[in-house]
Amino acid sequence: MTALDEVKIGGLGASRLRVEDQRFVRGRGTYLDDIKLPGMLYMEIVRSPLAHARITRIDTSKAWQIPGVRLVLTGEMMAQRNLAWMPTLSYDTQAVLATDKVRFQGQEVVVVVADDPYIAKDGCDAVEIDYEPLPAIVNPEQSAAPGAPIIRDDKPGQTDNTCYRWEVGDREATERAFAEADVVSSLKLHYPRSHPSPIECCGAVADFDAGTGKLTVYMTTQAPHIVRAAVALIAELPEHQIRIVSPDIGGGFGNKVPVYPGYVHAILASILTGRPVKWIEDKTGNLISTGFGRDMYLDAQMALRRDGKILAVRMHADTDQGAFFADAQPSKFKVGLLHSAFACYDIGIGYITAQGHYTNKAPGGVAYRCSFRVTEAMFFQERMMQAAATDLGMDQAEFRRINLRRDVAFPARTPFGFLVDSGQYHKCLQVGLDAIGYDEFRREQAAAREKGRLLGIGISTMTEPLGAGNSREYDILGIKMFDSAELRVHLTGKAILRTGARTQGQGHETTWAQIVAHELGIPADDVVVEEGDTDTAPYGMGTYASRSTPVAGAAVSMAARKVRAKARKIAAHLLEVSEEDVEWELGRFYVRGAPERGASIQECAMAAYSNMPDGMEPGLEATAYYDPPNLTWPFACYIVTVEVDPETGVWDVLRVVAVDDCGVRINPMIVEGQIMGGLTEAYAMASMQFQTYDADGNMIGANYMDYLLPTAWETPGFELHEVVTPCPHHPIGAKGVGECAAVGGPAAFVNAVIDAIGDAGVRNIDMPLLPDRVWTALQTRQSVSGAPPVGRS
Amino acid sequence: MYPAKFAYEAPRSIQELLDLLARHGDDAKVLAGGQSLVPMLKLRFAAPELVVDINGVPGLDHLTEDPDGTLRVGALCRHVTLERSALLAAEYPVMAAAAPLVADPMVRSRGTMVGSICHADPQGDWASVLMALGGHIVAMGPRGKRPIAMTDFVVGPFQNALQPGEFAYEAVVPPPVGQRTGTYLKLERRVGDFATVGVAVSLEHSGGRVVRAGIALTGVGPATINAADAADVLVGKPLSEETVEQAARLAAEAAQPQADHRGSVEYKRHVVATFVRRGLARGEVVAA
Repeated sequence: MTALDEVKIGGLGASRLRVEDQRFVRGRGTYLDDIKLPGMLYMEIVRSPLAHARITRIDTSKAWQIPGVRLVLTGEMMAQRNLAWMPTLSYDTQAVLATDKVRFQGQEVVVVVADDPYIAKDGCDAVEIDYEPLPAIVNPEQSAAPGAPIIRDDKPGQTDNTCYRWEVGDREATERAFAEADVVSSLKLHYPRSHPSPIECCGAVADFDAGTGKLTVYMTTQAPHIVRAAVALIAELPEHQIRIVSPDIGGGFGNKVPVYPGYVHAILASILTGRPVKWIEDKTGNLISTGFGRDMYLDAQMALRRDGKILAVRMHADTDQGAFFADAQPSKFKVGLLHSAFACYDIGIGYITAQGHYTNKAPGGVAYRCSFRVTEAMFFQERMMQAAATDLGMDQAEFRRINLRRDVAFPARTPFGFLVDSGQYHKCLQVGLDAIGYDEFRREQAAAREKGRLLGIGISTMTEPLGAGNSREYDILGIKMFDSAELRVHLTGKAILRTGARTQGQGHETTWAQIVAHELGIPADDVVVEEGDTDTAPYGMGTYASRSTPVAGAAVSMAARKVRAKARKIAAHLLEVSEEDVEWELGRFYVRGAPERGASIQECAMAAYSNMPDGMEPGLEATAYYDPPNLTWPFACYIVTVEVDPETGVWDVLRVVAVDDCGVRINPMIVEGQIMGGLTEAYAMASMQFQTYDADGNMIGANYMDYLLPTAWETPGFELHEVVTPCPHHPIGAKGVGECAAVGGPAAFVNAVIDAIGDAGVRNIDMPLLPDRVWTALQTRQSVSGAPPVGRS
Repeated sequence: MYPAKFAYEAPRSIQELLDLLARHGDDAKVLAGGQSLVPMLKLRFAAPELVVDINGVPGLDHLTEDPDGTLRVGALCRHVTLERSALLAAEYPVMAAAAPLVADPMVRSRGTMVGSICHADPQGDWASVLMALGGHIVAMGPRGKRPIAMTDFVVGPFQNALQPGEFAYEAVVPPPVGQRTGTYLKLERRVGDFATVGVAVSLEHSGGRVVRAGIALTGVGPATINAADAADVLVGKPLSEETVEQAARLAAEAAQPQADHRGSVEYKRHVVATFVRRGLARGEVVAA
């Protein structure tokens, strides 16, 4: 017997083609809008055109008169049912339909349900609403200004626009370190508001069956069990009578974690009409009202020794939360994992403060391929690193070398309490520098500058915490951030695997089967993966924040190992030896000392149903709930070179080198796809993508004319490299990776442009680095702020 | 897409089309490529009673040059046809430069030059190109055809000079009086983005001098801007550093940009000047 070739059976390391693509490329996916139930009605939302206004009159009578309109819901009707407001996952409240005021442009005010979507739209057009405009607040400075109008006057005891205050670290030690520093470097910047903008918008098909009392909701959610819990706890419906089904999802990126008012409208509309109700958000509705990312202001300082050693860091962050504190953010920390900043550097001391601000903008803050504000943390970190090296007159790569943690230093505690598990930071940096030809580029850059050409190089190195929980520090509505897997091996050795995660492009149907293949030797093609239906899937917390492989993936391993443990007993029975004499190799048990006498995993499966040992429970299946001991800590080094046109401020990317260490790669092709997707988004954020507001609170970026997604034409090519440091606490040594490039990438692009400008006066240009901003920096030799409001009021 | 209710007609001849337009006047909207009208319908910014789809009308998709050198672009001639035209690549440098910069490949495969000009979006590229080339639109109505100079065709943002009952039959570029040079330059943040700034520069040279010039600007005013003063300083003499600088300055002055998320007023004016300079640098010609 020769052992199985793991790659051939689709195990770890196999770049197996994605199973789900078989249906997607044929147009046979089942997305939410493909679901059509008998008697289904259609729902549309009337949104506020104003950012801040008192509602003085709502008249829905003309809408009710349109033939085919079945229901018109107002805030008042919601209030009668105690549903005008709902709790958010960040322990605030959010208006389901506005009653008193509208607090951001695009807020939900009236809902129309009709026989078809055309009539529903006509109904929306027929609704009359009078508003009394109030001053709009579009940034934290306005929000905190004395005399600013109180946005959340609905909240008892709320006397200003402060949403939260938070701090972490050692203030006194930090101040002492700053007092002793040779050099203090500082930087202020704004990470603009961006939007996950999945191609499929949000929506729901709610189906309340009065006959059985069962509520089924098909919904674009990355976390179906969280929604079921929310409906059970908030609406006080019995949990066994609620079924949340998340069908194929056309992209999530964090946009589909929160519970949105539209879901509540659709559920109530189905209960009131007794018919299924479909709500499909349009693109503007999605961009103008659902969970966004960032919109954070940073004021940071770094205490430095002349030789380049970082002594301490100090940061203050102001977050623009919009009108409601509606982050879908499971940590115990108000500003997410912002304090993961500087984790890859050997810095002992630091202090961070943060303040959240209510503004007249859409609520959110933590979405868009981000592990709860890690994106801001790493951007600030790497922009600060560049500014500090510049202030020291030190080379960018050398400054990082001096401060990156050594390989022997793990596990390492950061000044903000994280325990970093593993890494080879110096090796990754060197692979990147060698790939780009760092020293040679510096020579080219100097020569080009003589001729008036502006070349630049930007480096970003970072480790980020991925894979919430552990259960001590992470929960949603009190439910701990574990995850789960349930593996059932059938009679013939084929298997079905279900997990509590929910794939939305990550390829779980492919990669989970590979983990089973690795653990059991069952070919990946023999394992079907199912997720997303709360009636069948084990309890899990869903897919976001790069947590699936660290948590649900680990649960898959553990479930498979339980199956293997039982199969070993069966094998001993089949081989007529004691269990201690049974050895395992991939796909097969054999007798110690007599390797030709063996039983395959498939033979064990057959025996589990047909020839089990006396006293053994039949069947071969197992469930595992996995509570991770720590987050996983992938490392990445991104290096970008650019050329800036000094006449127009237009910049072109010359090269992008990415070195990712995400531990053991389950499916290298999918990992590379994740990294390329993340780098594309990083390039988008750095170059073109933002949602901003004018002084009246009108959102600019509520359609694809203003909110830009890069196309294949302008997206640069990516050169990918790999270093592998297995995660010491994950069953198969894997780390999260989905977000690394989107998190660490933006700073590399920005650092490259700032490096190209090469003028000490230009410490910062806020993203996106539009040609206008780059040109202005070149003209004024000063930093350029991108904070709203923009343009004319 | 859930537009307001509208009636739909698809005439099979120019006469049928004219009859429909005569009957419905202002309540009718012509659908050619649909790349502007359909989004307007979707957003319910436009809610016409009748949409008249001219795609089935024969004789409107021409791209032809008359013996005297007059170029005619029919109402149904798609952007992609212009983009791939050997004639344009050889003889019409400004149009050849602009065609691949219009929107994105999907829009170009369906949208039309004449439709884009009729839409009169100040950020539309073709209006500037046709204006710089000194071209005109041929309107057709119950009383036959009439030319409308491009400089008169756009009467305001999203407003054109067609009368009720008329449709735009074709766009016309007059025959050259010298050797054509020039280009179209566009600053966009991404393929398919509207222009932050677009500049069409058209020159005709003869005997070492510029004998005709046109400069028009996209995206820097409430409508397409004809920078006539800038073009005029170039005419009657050879291109020189001095005239180029004058033209760049005058074009920047003619621009009426607004500050927005694409850029500041100063920046947009600066890019207009820069693009005029660059366009004229490409417009240089070895003495014939």
